[in-house]
Amino acid sequence: MSAHTPSISGDARTADARDLPNGPGAAAVLAAGIGSFLLAVFAILADKAASIKSLMNFSKPTGPLSGVTTCAIVAWLAAWALLHARWRNRNLAFARVSAIAFVLLFLSLLLTFPPIADLF
Amino acid sequence: MEITARSLWTMIHGMGFGALYLMACSGALVELYRRYCSHSDAPVTTRDERFLRIYLAVMVVLAWLAVLTGAYIIYPWYRAVPPLGATSLAAFPQRLLMASPSTSAWHSIGMEWKEHVVWLAPISITMAAAVVFQYGRHLKNHPQLRNAVLGFVWISLFAAGVAGFFGAMLNKNAPVEGGPTIRILQGEQK
Repeated sequence: MSAHTPSISGDARTADARDLPNGPGAAAVLAAGIGSFLLAVFAILADKAASIKSLMNFSKPTGPLSGVTTCAIVAWLAAWALLHARWRNRNLAFARVSAIAFVLLFLSLLLTFPPIADLF
Repeated sequence: MEITARSLWTMIHGMGFGALYLMACSGALVELYRRYCSHSDAPVTTRDERFLRIYLAVMVVLAWLAVLTGAYIIYPWYRAVPPLGATSLAAFPQRLLMASPSTSAWHSIGMEWKEHVVWLAPISITMAAAVVFQYGRHLKNHPQLRNAVLGFVWISLFAAGVAGFFGAMLNKNAPVEGGPTIRILQGEQK
């Protein structure tokens, strides 16, 4: 038997992969990256601009953190719903989507770190 | 043996939800890596699939409970402003930390980072759980997606670890205290 002959499990994998496109997964991954990044952006904006800080004061005891996190969560869920609706039946170049998501996630880690956030 | 209501909530938040979440992260990483690796020969059974779904659903609940109790129950006590003429800052942890140069960075770096970065944990684990719920055993056929999920779970572990470390250090330097006292046990009199 040739080494290139697909095995039964190989065939099954191809069929499974075809049955479930990677679009919904890509939408979830990219939306999580977007949500994380926006959280960091909103936090910086609320810290730097007094007007935004007072706008973000959704809950007085918690302060601007309540607005920053609520806005980020709403943006994350909205991005997820939108991307899911567009990609749910599609197979995408996942490596590209994943790379963008990880860049956004890495930036959010950096931008939430106060010595870096204070540079803005 | 007594504890204040605020201490009890801090314990529930940190040692209950937070620490349990941190421990659960390592289990999720092992399970995702071992069972869902595309070159693993062992098939993912219905039981494995169900186990990981329930496991991640519990992690999602823990992560959200940890951040929500932190932001809406404990943080308001932490950032409370003392009234004019207050002689002690013991009940105002943020002000207590900021009053001394030797402790102010616990707030300006520790709390400022923790209060934001920790939200990456519930976002990441909710995404991971949603992907596992949707793809189940088929995740094995999407190695790039599985790797992305693994990466996000790693970041969630890191974010929860940062929050856990600074939470413990903040509470060591300026504990959140106050509220009604709860008597747990009556000690023996000597």
